[in-house]
Amino acid sequence: MTSEDRTATGGEPVVRLRGIVKAFGSTTVLDGIDLDVARGEVVCLIGPSGAGKSTLLRCINGLERITGGSIEVGGQRLSYDEKHLNGIRSRIGMVFQSFNLFPHMTVRENICVAQREVLGRSAAEARDRAHALLERVGLDHKAEAYPDNLSGGQQQRVAIARALAMDPALMLFDEPTSALDPELVGEVLTVMKDLASEGMTMVVVTHEMRFARDAADRVVLLADGGIAEQGPPEKVLLQPSSARGRAFLQEIGQA
Amino acid sequence: MDFVSLFVEYAPLFLEATWVTLSLTAVSLVLAMVAGAGVAWLAMSAVRPLRWLATAYIGLVRGTPLITQIFIIYFGLAYVVTLPAFWAGALALAFHNSAYIAEIIRSGFQAVPKGLTEAARSLGMSRLKTLKRVQAPLALRTTLPVLGNQYIIAVKDSSLVAFIGMTELFRTSQNMAASTYQPLTSYVVVAIYYLAIVLVLTLLVNTLEARLSKHRRPEVQAKAKVKSEGAV
Repeated sequence: MTSEDRTATGGEPVVRLRGIVKAFGSTTVLDGIDLDVARGEVVCLIGPSGAGKSTLLRCINGLERITGGSIEVGGQRLSYDEKHLNGIRSRIGMVFQSFNLFPHMTVRENICVAQREVLGRSAAEARDRAHALLERVGLDHKAEAYPDNLSGGQQQRVAIARALAMDPALMLFDEPTSALDPELVGEVLTVMKDLASEGMTMVVVTHEMRFARDAADRVVLLADGGIAEQGPPEKVLLQPSSARGRAFLQEIGQA
Repeated sequence: MDFVSLFVEYAPLFLEATWVTLSLTAVSLVLAMVAGAGVAWLAMSAVRPLRWLATAYIGLVRGTPLITQIFIIYFGLAYVVTLPAFWAGALALAFHNSAYIAEIIRSGFQAVPKGLTEAARSLGMSRLKTLKRVQAPLALRTTLPVLGNQYIIAVKDSSLVAFIGMTELFRTSQNMAASTYQPLTSYVVVAIYYLAIVLVLTLLVNTLEARLSKHRRPEVQAKAKVKSEGAV
């Protein structure tokens, strides 16, 4: 049921980024990023706002087009050909800051629509999968509710279930708890931690240093368009070696 | 003759004319929706000259009176092809409404949050599937009240094709006025017919709107909850 059969074979990294450059007009946001993400690895991207964390994440599934460099996902080089891109995207789950559930569909329909349209699963198959995933995120009783009637935390858990329904080889999280009231952050992080401990490959843009410390295998600090520092969380978050790392931790009150 | 007996006496003629007005409006609105969707697509195109084309079309249609458009199409087309008044009228009304409908459709699509489109695309859904399952249904929901408004305007505007000889509702009331010498009564009678049509249309649009906005009603969740608990 996991991603084994949908990824590349062997010890290939799930994501391989080489020399990623991204410019918006004359502003260069990312300036030559190299990054590999191994299967089962949880990588947290942290850094000051405007450092390009979200942009880097959005480049991985082609929501942003890179200006230079190369991206490989599951051993496949990413191109912007529509068919190819749709195929790659169906194997990469993405969770957004603002949930982005389809407001005109029930929770169950939200989870079923791409299973039906993209994977060609039968209605019964999609529904069973939806219920199994909703149970897993503790929301099976909300299957027939509309997103507007759910709390932010519940909406984000549904969004995670929607992404997981595609049996992704990789999950991308773009500040998944930043739009949530403080008391709702925990329920979403719990689901994400469970996912991490089950061996899902994850790239997470986050400001939740507690999550980075508890769940990340590696923390990558982005600053000024490049990787300022990376390593195990206890190293990067407690004893940063770079000046940029120390300055960032001071800003967020960790050091 | 009093109002009631005149109303009854002319009812068969007006009912026949109601059918003409309704079919004329319906045909023109179907054509206008198709053309309007096309113009909206041009207006949202990434290709600048196509956007200019859409702007020019909308500007031309909105900048000239409907009655002028009806006459130009009726007499102008006569050089090329002899169209029955019904089709000349339907074409003119379609041409006129398509510009307004194009603007309504464009605004509807532009009101769909970008994040929802991105969510659909990030699930691997193609452009077309995203359009079909996410963008179009949401655009329809936001534009339905405005579209309904445009449909109501179209029903009433169809009275102008009386001037190219179509015996629709308004023309029927003119005939009635001429033969009864009671213009006031005749126009009050036709006003009642228009009012009735618009009321029914409003009711239809409101029903559809209520059905499509289930997701905005908090009680739906409560009901669903009761149902699922009952099933357990």
